[in-house]
Amino acid sequence: MTRPDWIGLLSRSAPDALTALWPAVGDLPAPDWLRRPETGSVMVRGRTGGTGAAFNLGEVTVTRCALRHEGVEGHAFVQGRDAAHATRAAWIDALMQTDRAEALARDVLAPLAEAERARRETRARKAEATRVDFETMVRGED
Amino acid sequence: MYVAAKGGEEAIAAAHRWLAEERRGQGALIDVEQIASQLALTVARVMSEGSLYDPELAALAVRQARGDLIEAVFLIRAYRTTLPRLGASRPIDTGAMACDRRVSATFKDVPGGQVLGPTFDYTHRLIDFAEAAGADPAALAAAAPGRRPRVSDHLGREGLLRDEPRDDTTPPDLTRTPLELPADRALRLQALARADEGFLLALAYSTQRGYGRTHAFVGELRIGTVEVEIDLPELGFAVAFAEITVTECETVNQFTGSKSEPPQFTRGYGLTLGACERKAISMSLVDRALQWRELGEDCVGAPAQDEEFVLAHADNVQATGFLEHIKLPHYVDFQAELELIRRLRREVGQTRETAE
Repeated sequence: MTRPDWIGLLSRSAPDALTALWPAVGDLPAPDWLRRPETGSVMVRGRTGGTGAAFNLGEVTVTRCALRHEGVEGHAFVQGRDAAHATRAAWIDALMQTDRAEALARDVLAPLAEAERARRETRARKAEATRVDFETMVRGED
Repeated sequence: MYVAAKGGEEAIAAAHRWLAEERRGQGALIDVEQIASQLALTVARVMSEGSLYDPELAALAVRQARGDLIEAVFLIRAYRTTLPRLGASRPIDTGAMACDRRVSATFKDVPGGQVLGPTFDYTHRLIDFAEAAGADPAALAAAAPGRRPRVSDHLGREGLLRDEPRDDTTPPDLTRTPLELPADRALRLQALARADEGFLLALAYSTQRGYGRTHAFVGELRIGTVEVEIDLPELGFAVAFAEITVTECETVNQFTGSKSEPPQFTRGYGLTLGACERKAISMSLVDRALQWRELGEDCVGAPAQDEEFVLAHADNVQATGFLEHIKLPHYVDFQAELELIRRLRREVGQTRETAE
């Protein structure tokens, strides 16, 4: 998993899911902040007709923060307003750049990725079960 | 004009205490999560018209507003103004949407199939008094499908559908600069995306009934989730930081051509935050009606063709702010009017006396 992938995965994950995996991370010092958690918004854009000119659809809440740990920076940019979630996400990003990467990829990122995959697949399979074939009835007089 | 009125602090405090009591109502307190999941379409509407995607916050607003959706939208808009803008996303790729629902009224055998999703369509629309008893888990198909290609790609290949050329110009943003007319299509779509559903529904319906008819078919309607990506300059790469539900509707409209355009199908486009099917369809019809100028069509003076009328009245927070301000104290204004009427009546009386 590349760094953009794990930052995105942490952003999209449910705060409760990351909290539940936190024992695998263990004790950490107080964060050395580069940027304290801040909630704001991002303007989401769409395209006319799905493919054309960009337009502003509406905003989504996000919380970002950044911290320093053992010479590396941990960044988070998470959906929603949960500062604790953003802080945890930034910690994982920092620790993924240390020698703990392998263990955290296995104990934290892999379960989050699997939860997202399973959630999406269940939804896709429910949708597929509602797929219909409309049959055209014979039209006209003869 | 209205003037500041003094006094009434105790009465106001008592009114707010009573409001809190009435809001609390009877029975168990409704959990915000329950509102977000069990009244998901209410929450979607508040997010769409509040123009801020955050289901938990919208659910909280619905509860605080006692279910008054425009009040809830107002709360969301007010909250939004306190948030710093941290950036703008890349345009979402609705072609890559994980569809919960995807139907086409124009192509029976659309590639990727017609997917009904959790729809009210084909239900009997009878109140189900046993609904609370619980539901069976939904059926699962054996395998998940792949990407569902867009219907318009299919028609576009034959050149029968007006092209929507890709354009990455930074779009105008009416939350940053006041709406100016004439508006380009990007600005119109932003205004429509945050517009009141009822207003758009009525306008769209008026075009169907003949006030600026556009001969619309639903080429494709899809509801599902998309990832939202943003370029983060401090990191030097893009991150898919959010997953949101959106509804997209594209109409295919009959068009016999004009001086500037050949005969072809034209398109109306609707896109909303959250699952807002009726609004997305309405938006696409109104978007199409407003394109008369670009397409070289005649303006027949229908309300849905009138950009100023549509865009200036579509925002329910603006509308309700102006509408409801007339219930606030206007004592001085009214005193002046009262004096005027009394004086006019006196003058009329004197004139009559003189005439007699």
